[in-house]
Amino acid sequence: MSETTGTGELTVTINGKQVVAEPGELIIDVAERSGVYIPRFCYHPRMKPVGMCRMCLVEVSSPRGPSLQPACFVPVADGQEVNTDVDGARKAQEGVLEFLLLNHPLDCPVCDKGGECPLQDQAMSHGPGESRFIEEKRHWAKPIVLGPLTLLDRERCIQCARCTRFAEEIAGEPLIDFFSRGDAIEVATFPDRPFSSYFSGNTVQICPVGALTSAPYRFKSRPWDLEQVETTCTFCGVGCRIVAQSSAGKAVRFLGVDSDPVNHSWLCDRGRYGFEAIHATDRLREPMLRRDGELSPASWNEALREVGAGLRQGLSSQGPTSIGIIGGARLPNEDQYAWSKLARAVIGTDNVDAQLGDGLPAEFVASLPQATIDDACAAKAVILLAGDLHEELPVLHLRLRAAAAHHGLLLVDCSPVPTALSEVAVALAPARPGEAAALMAALVASDDEVPEVPGVSAAAVSAARTVLSGLTGEEIVVVVGRTSVAERPDSLAAAAAALAKGLPGVRFLPALRRANVRGAIDMGLAPGMLPGRVSLDGAREWFESQWGSLPSGRGLDTRAMLEAASAGTLRALVLLGADPLADFPDRELATRALERIPFLVALDTLPSASAQLADVVLPAAGFGERGGTTTNLEGRVTRLAQKVVPPGVARPDWVIAVEIAERLGVDLGFDHLEGIWEEIEQVAPAHRGATVSAVYGQPGDGVVVPVAAVGLPRLAPARLDPMATPGIDSVITQGAPMFAGAAAVGSGGVEESEVIEEGGAAPAELPTESVTPSGPPRPSPLAFDADSWPVPAPPVPDAYSFRLVTRRSLYDHGTLVQASPSLAPLAPSQELRVRPRELDKLGVADGDRVRVRSARGELVLPVAADEAVPAGVALIGLNLAPVDQPGATALLDSDEAAQPVRIETVEG
Amino acid sequence: MARLSAENRRKAEAIVAVYPERRSALIPLCHLAQGQDGYLTEEAMEDVAELCGVSPAEVRGTASFYDMLHTEPVGRYVIAVCTNIACMLAGAYEVLGHAEERLGIHSGQTTPDGLFTVEEAECLAGCDKAVCVQVNHRFFGPVDEEGFDRLVEDLAEGRLEGTVPPHGVLCRVERSVGLPAEEPAAGPAGGAPARRGGDS
Repeated sequence: MSETTGTGELTVTINGKQVVAEPGELIIDVAERSGVYIPRFCYHPRMKPVGMCRMCLVEVSSPRGPSLQPACFVPVADGQEVNTDVDGARKAQEGVLEFLLLNHPLDCPVCDKGGECPLQDQAMSHGPGESRFIEEKRHWAKPIVLGPLTLLDRERCIQCARCTRFAEEIAGEPLIDFFSRGDAIEVATFPDRPFSSYFSGNTVQICPVGALTSAPYRFKSRPWDLEQVETTCTFCGVGCRIVAQSSAGKAVRFLGVDSDPVNHSWLCDRGRYGFEAIHATDRLREPMLRRDGELSPASWNEALREVGAGLRQGLSSQGPTSIGIIGGARLPNEDQYAWSKLARAVIGTDNVDAQLGDGLPAEFVASLPQATIDDACAAKAVILLAGDLHEELPVLHLRLRAAAAHHGLLLVDCSPVPTALSEVAVALAPARPGEAAALMAALVASDDEVPEVPGVSAAAVSAARTVLSGLTGEEIVVVVGRTSVAERPDSLAAAAAALAKGLPGVRFLPALRRANVRGAIDMGLAPGMLPGRVSLDGAREWFESQWGSLPSGRGLDTRAMLEAASAGTLRALVLLGADPLADFPDRELATRALERIPFLVALDTLPSASAQLADVVLPAAGFGERGGTTTNLEGRVTRLAQKVVPPGVARPDWVIAVEIAERLGVDLGFDHLEGIWEEIEQVAPAHRGATVSAVYGQPGDGVVVPVAAVGLPRLAPARLDPMATPGIDSVITQGAPMFAGAAAVGSGGVEESEVIEEGGAAPAELPTESVTPSGPPRPSPLAFDADSWPVPAPPVPDAYSFRLVTRRSLYDHGTLVQASPSLAPLAPSQELRVRPRELDKLGVADGDRVRVRSARGELVLPVAADEAVPAGVALIGLNLAPVDQPGATALLDSDEAAQPVRIETVEG
Repeated sequence: MARLSAENRRKAEAIVAVYPERRSALIPLCHLAQGQDGYLTEEAMEDVAELCGVSPAEVRGTASFYDMLHTEPVGRYVIAVCTNIACMLAGAYEVLGHAEERLGIHSGQTTPDGLFTVEEAECLAGCDKAVCVQVNHRFFGPVDEEGFDRLVEDLAEGRLEGTVPPHGVLCRVERSVGLPAEEPAAGPAGGAPARRGGDS
C-alpha cells in the first residue's frame, strides 16, 4: 500500500489523467490512488507482487507501441501512458476472467464466499459476461482438510498463490505449497504435516474465492445476513483492529482490519476464532450467592446487597487495608478507571493489582521511554528480552519477523530460550534465567571492560555486541516482556535499566501479554499507582483534589494480598476477571489464600476455577457485548464496540462498580462510558489531550498516550482495496463509517468518494494548561529512573539442579481458549524440554516420564530432547494442564530469582 | 532406503556447497534422492528440505511440478512415449496404444511386477528419431510397435543394463558440480540409444 505523498518525481498518465508518483511505485497502486481501479486477484497490498493471475493486464505505452503489462508487477516510469479501459486492456481482462472461470465450478449459491467474492464481483465488473466453455467441469473430492481450522475446495481455487505466499512470506511457515502443474495444480500440505500455523485464518480471509474456508465459520451464515462493527481484539496485548460480524444475534466471524500501525490486516487464529467463547454454553448469566455452601442463582439486588455487606463488614472490622482487588486486565479502560476510583476513593484501599505476578512491575511499565510497534519495526536493531512472541503476542511476532526478514531489522534475541524469532535474528545470546541484567550490562559495556557473563558464552556476547556496535540508543528498541514466570520480574526491570543507562535514548516496547494490562496500569490498577501513569505518593495532592481522600500508603500486590489472605489479615477479596488458581505462578499459595479468605467476590464471564470458590459471583458483559476503549501494549487507545447482547442479566464491570459504590453510600458519578472517558482525560495526567472526540469520535487507529509525546495520529486508517480483505466491505456496518472515504465496488470498480489525506484529521493542538489557580498543579507522568531498579541477587548456583523456564502456548488450558470449541483441542500436552546431552547424563530417553521436583511441589511428565534449550535449563509449558490438575505453577515459588528444579527418573 | 544414505548425504552437502543460495540445490538434490530410491520418498524429501533450508511442502511442491521427478513409486523403467507433433505423425499414438496393451496398464500406471511405468510425454527433442521413446532419461528411436516389443524384452532381460541406469539418474547433476561421476556403467557402448546416455 502506498501513501499519498504528492512529492513524487515522476508523472504518468493514467486513462488520460496526469498523476504524480514516486519511483518504484507500482502502476496498480498509483492508479488506485488516482481513483482508477484495476481488477486483481493475486495482488495484495501487504505482500510482494507476483503477477501470476494476469487479471490486472493494462495497456502501457512503450517504444514499440502500447503493450499489455500486469499493473501489479510493473513500476511506473516517467512519461508512461497507462490505459485500463481501452479495448485492448478490456479484452485482455475479459479473456483472463473467462480462463479463470473455465475450471471454476460456479457453485456460488452454496459457496461461503458468494456475496463477498472478488471473483464473483469482478466477473460481473470486468468479465465477458458469457463463457464459451460448455464442457463438463472437473470434479474433485472435497473438502480437503489442510489443517485443524482450514479446509480446501480445490475446484474453486484460481491459483492466485495468496495463501501460499502468505504462509511463506508473512508467517514464515511454508506449510502449504502448490502441488503438481497446469490444470491439475492444487494447494497442498506435505503428508502428515498439516497447515497448523497460528496464522492460518489469514489465508481464509484473503482467499479471493471460496477455496479456503475456516472450520468455525463454514456454512454458518451468508454475507447478506451479517452485520458488523469495527472493534479491537482483546485476546492479547497487541490490540489488532478487527470487524466483529454477527448473524441473528450471534458472533460468527472476526476479520482483520488493516490498521497500519498495528496489525496490517493480519490476525492470529486465537483472536480470529476466539469469538466462540462469547457464546460458550457455561457463560455466567446471572448473579450467584453461596447459600449453605452451594452457589445458587440470585437477583442483582440480593447479590449486590451481599457484596456491600461483606465489604462494610471488612471495613468496620479491620479497615480498608483488609480489602483487596485482584485482576482487571480483561476490563476496558473505563471500567478499570471506575474500579480504580472505587477502590481508592470509596473503599479506601490501595490493595489493587491487575497483574497476577506474571507481568512486569507497574511503575516500570508506566515510566518506560516508550516505543510503538512501528518504532520497533523501523529501528536499526531490536533487543528481544521476552517470552516467545509467537505464542504470546502473535501479530507482534509477525510485524517483527517481517521487519527482520524483509526490511533489514537487526534482531538480537536474548530470551532465555531461543524463540520463534531466533530464526531471523542476527545474534543469539540467551540470558541465563534470573540474570538478564548481567548480560545487558555486558552488551552496553565499553570495549575494554566487557565483563564475563555467567551462563552465556563469550562468543555469543561478542556477536551481540558486534550487532549493536556503532548504533546509538535512538536507533535501538528493546522489546521487554516477562521472559518466564519462573524468574522474578525485577531482574528484567534491572536488565532494562542497564540498557537505559548504557544506551542513552533507547526506547522500550513492553511485551505485555494480557489483553488490557497496559490499560490497567495506566488506570492505576496496581499498588502505588494512580490513573495516568503517576504514583500514589507523587500525585496525591492532585488526585485528592479530584477524587477526595486517598489511601494513606502503598498497598499490596497480588502476591502480598494472597499471602495476607492466607495469614488471615485480608478480610475481603474481589476478583476482577482474575483466576489466581490457574494463573498465579505459585498455585499452592493461591489455593491457600482463596480457601482462607472470609469473603470472596468474583466478577467474570466464565466460571473459572477461582470463581467457583467465591461467595458472590457477578456475571460480567464480555468482549463484543459492550463498548469502551482498550489500551494496547504500546499505549494505543482504541475503541471497543458492541455487537451482541450480554447473556442473561450480565452487566458491564463499570456498572457493577457504580452499583457497589452506591451500596457503600457513595456516588461514583458515572452514568455513561463517554462520561468516564471525559473524566479520565480530565484527571489522568498521561491521558490529557486524548479527548472524547479523538478517542470515541470515530473508529480508526486510535490514540497513543501520552498524546503530548506522539501527537494525535490520523483518525481514519488507510484503506485497502476491497479485494484485499473480502468480507468487510460487503457487510452492513453499524455505527460510524469505518473508513473515511469508504467506497463501494460497483460495476465499474471502486469509486473513491474521497481520497484520504495523509494524517486524516489535522492533529489537534493540546489545550493549554487550564488549572484553576487555587488547585494543586497537575502532576507529570512518571519518568524512567534507571537507578530505581537494582540488580537482584543472582540465584544461588546448585550443580545438580536445572533452572526452570516457563513458556506460554497460544492454545492453552486458559478459560477463553477452552471455551472455544475449535481451539480447545489444539492445546499441546505438557512436557519438559532439556538438552539431549543432559538427558543422557540423567539416564533418561526422549519421551520417558520424569519427576520434576522443586521446594514447592512436584510434577510427573514426559521429557523431550531439544537442542535449542541452553545447558542447565529446563523448559516447561505454562497452563497446559487441565484446571483441576497441577501444571507448571505447582513447581513455582514466586520469591525465587530463578526457580531451581531437579529432574528425577520415575520407577517403572 | 528411505532417508538419504550417508554417501548420498555427503554428496548432497557438496552439491549444496556450490550454490550461493542453499535452496538453489533443491532440484539437483531431488535427482540425487530419486537416483537412490527410484522416486522421492517422503523421508528423502524431508532430508532435501532440511539440506536446502526450505519446508518439505516446498520440496514436494517443486518436485511435483516436473514430470521427471516422481513423488509416488514408479517402475524400475519409466518409459515415456513422445506424442508431440513429429512423433504423432510418425505413429506415436499407435506406439503408445500398443505399449498399454502389451504391458496391460494405462498411461501413468506401473506394471504389477514393478518393472515398467508408461507415460505419455511432450516433446523430448528427439524429432529426428520420431517416434522417440525415453527410458530412465535415455533416448531410443525411431521406435515402432515391434521396436517397442524388442526394447521391452531387452530391458526385462537385462540386455540394456549397461545403457539404461536404474532409476532416473541424471549424471549431469554430479558432473556439473565437480563431483566424481558414477563409474561408467552408463557408457555409450550400446548401439541402441539415440544419444549418449550421460548427456540427457
